[in-house]
Amino acid sequence: MSRAAVPVEAVQDDPRDRLAGAIPRLRAFAISLTRDVTKADDLVQETILKAWSNIDKFDPATNLDAWLFTILRNAFYSALRKTRREVQDSDGAFAATLSERPAHDGRLAFGDFQRAFDQLSPEHREVLILVGASGFSCEEAAEMMGVAVGTVKSRANRARRRLADLLHLAEGEDMFSGTDGATQAVVLRGATAAC
Amino acid sequence: MSSDRDEETPRRQAMRAQIDENLKRVYAAALNEELPDRFRDLLAQLKAAEGGAGKGDAS
Repeated sequence: MSRAAVPVEAVQDDPRDRLAGAIPRLRAFAISLTRDVTKADDLVQETILKAWSNIDKFDPATNLDAWLFTILRNAFYSALRKTRREVQDSDGAFAATLSERPAHDGRLAFGDFQRAFDQLSPEHREVLILVGASGFSCEEAAEMMGVAVGTVKSRANRARRRLADLLHLAEGEDMFSGTDGATQAVVLRGATAAC
Repeated sequence: MSSDRDEETPRRQAMRAQIDENLKRVYAAALNEELPDRFRDLLAQLKAAEGGAGKGDAS
């Protein structure tokens, strides 16, 4: 009965018991970064293994998701750095814009949005998912990404602007009925705000 | 409110809101991808290995 050997408090507090619950979010983040489920799953696997063996480095007072996301993104970027010498900056590489225009009611078509999102650099996808979709604060995202809060904000801005470009929104194309191109330009320039 | 820095126009806010709404959908779509068993199995293996392997005083 090996179970009896485990101290009771350790069992109760073991953050490893919370890993299973975090996996769906971790995987969603991985899919958002890689846009490839197979690669995402390999990253999640690598992250689980690292988390398991380094669990003593996790401070239970902090956010487990943030810790796991950090492990995952670090693994992702270190693998990416190896391939990047050949594939230069994907940011500008796929400059192709989308053929479909925003719908007449001014709402973005989700399919268009997804294609635009896929064309962003991983760094842009990352910052947007962290601050725009998965609910982390600017400060949390900065810590996870290992950069200053200001960098998170400016990167998020550039990423939003890039999305807008890909969606033709910067060409005076109208996202909202009744918006003129000049207003749009101002809108795009200043998309600062929070995170 | 925190809308001092370059006029935070309603239109800009609306655009951000639309982008963020779509980002949430992207993330939600990723969350809805069916979870493979491999992770549950992996955790079970890790746990089993730990229970079986040389466990002195865990700390």
